[in-house]
Amino acid sequence: MKSFKEKSFQSITYITSLFTIVILMGIIYSLFREGLPLFKTVSVKEFLFTQNWYPTHSEPEFGAWALIAGSFYVTLGALLIGVPLGLGSAIFVSEVASPKLKEIAKPVIELLAGIPSVVYGLFGMAFLAPLIRQWFNLNTGLNVFSASVILGVMIVPIIASMSEDALSNVPKSIREAALALGSTKVECIFRAVIPSAKSGIIGSILLGFGRAIGETMVVLMVAGGSAQIPKGIFSSVRPMTSTIAAEMGETVMGDLHYQSLFALAMVLFIITFVTNLITELVFLKRSFR
Amino acid sequence: MVNTRISTSGLNLWFGKNHVLQDVNLSVHEKKVTAMIGPSGCGKSTLLRCFNRMNDLIPETRIEGTIMLGEQDIYAPKADVTRIRAKVGMVFQKPNPFPKSIFNNVAYGLVIQGKYSKCDLHGRVEESLKAAWLWDEVKDRLHSSAMSLSGGQQQRLCIARALANSPEVLLLDEPTSALDPQSTAKIEELCLELKKSVSILIVTHNIAQAGRISDYTAFMYLGQMVEFGKTDQVFTVPNDKRTEEYLTGVFG
Repeated sequence: MKSFKEKSFQSITYITSLFTIVILMGIIYSLFREGLPLFKTVSVKEFLFTQNWYPTHSEPEFGAWALIAGSFYVTLGALLIGVPLGLGSAIFVSEVASPKLKEIAKPVIELLAGIPSVVYGLFGMAFLAPLIRQWFNLNTGLNVFSASVILGVMIVPIIASMSEDALSNVPKSIREAALALGSTKVECIFRAVIPSAKSGIIGSILLGFGRAIGETMVVLMVAGGSAQIPKGIFSSVRPMTSTIAAEMGETVMGDLHYQSLFALAMVLFIITFVTNLITELVFLKRSFR
Repeated sequence: MVNTRISTSGLNLWFGKNHVLQDVNLSVHEKKVTAMIGPSGCGKSTLLRCFNRMNDLIPETRIEGTIMLGEQDIYAPKADVTRIRAKVGMVFQKPNPFPKSIFNNVAYGLVIQGKYSKCDLHGRVEESLKAAWLWDEVKDRLHSSAMSLSGGQQQRLCIARALANSPEVLLLDEPTSALDPQSTAKIEELCLELKKSVSILIVTHNIAQAGRISDYTAFMYLGQMVEFGKTDQVFTVPNDKRTEEYLTGVFG
């Protein structure tokens, strides 16, 4: 009887994990099945590297370059803001804060991760964008800059929490070695502890990148939405994610526009897949050492 | 006439309410090997860590008495802790190289002091690796990771890293307890070579090791310095009964 229980438990976990993989495969399959036919009409080169996105014109054009660039601009902006903030908090919590303060600071930073993205979007639309419009005297506050700020804050907890773990896991013996050689506390942190936690820190940044480039609601609400190559940080843009979310409702199943949105999703999928792969490799390398 | 490199007088140390070192008086002679032996928890590692102020890192440490490093009182209020630590090299129980290249490990202390040109740096790293008897084994792969070395090589790398700072004193905290017999023998021989240029203080659990390499031996028991003298003397005609009992294995 006991062995039956054991066996059924094992097979249940086996089936559930198999189910997850099947679903994943199914998503990937449908993505490519719906997206790839676009390239019978539009060349890959035209899709990726021209920038006229007029899917609903009588002579439609499907140049996604502006959307891809839009995604990269806001993601890069988010990293420029999120990485220093996240790493700074991680270093503070792991190396500087007293044990008591650490107990408070860490969960508070992680709390940021629990806020739904639509709330971030609302905040950006209602408070941040008007402020930025006023400060910089712009026509609209919905632009690359605002979206980057909000996305940057969103990825802070990811970077801070993972980097903090990496820093805290650096063995005491490394710190002792550095201090015994005459390092000041700051030298010890920057020349011994951080280099020892490098792979974990890089992993956290890649994860933050994946989160930022895949985020939809915030950019839909705050990035402005015009499909153009941004001319500066105050241009309004339309990243791939918000394009898909905004336009999917207008398409007819199976038409070129529909296919082009799936093709965009393919591009996104490939980007996040590759970053995840790199993250895995970075961690794999560490665990083998 | 032997010169004194480190001397303590009336040294008391508490961790919280725990009186770990009780009225310790010790003189470490220049260019000699001084071994500190005693059962676990007798305070010998704590005493060793007083000499480069590593105990500062432990909260609620209180210290009384003076420790002189040459002419300098290292617990004076104005003492520069990082300067003292640069002058006093330390090697730990477990080899703890940085996850950097062999070269960068040895260069670490020199780089943070920032007073070496790139050219001098190379010379100094080579010198230190030679002094730690590691040069011939690593000269062709200075830029590969220190993690690729064996345990014994890593420990000699740690010694080279400490020597690069040209320390006046080298503190060794059970440096061979994590190593195989061959690596241990090599490090013991190395100590005998190094004492030509630097004063060495070694904490060890291995009584035979103390006998083999040290000129002076200090026996500690329950936070007190029970006996200190020339190694021959301590090992053959100890003054204190406890020393004799420890050396003959009655306890320990």
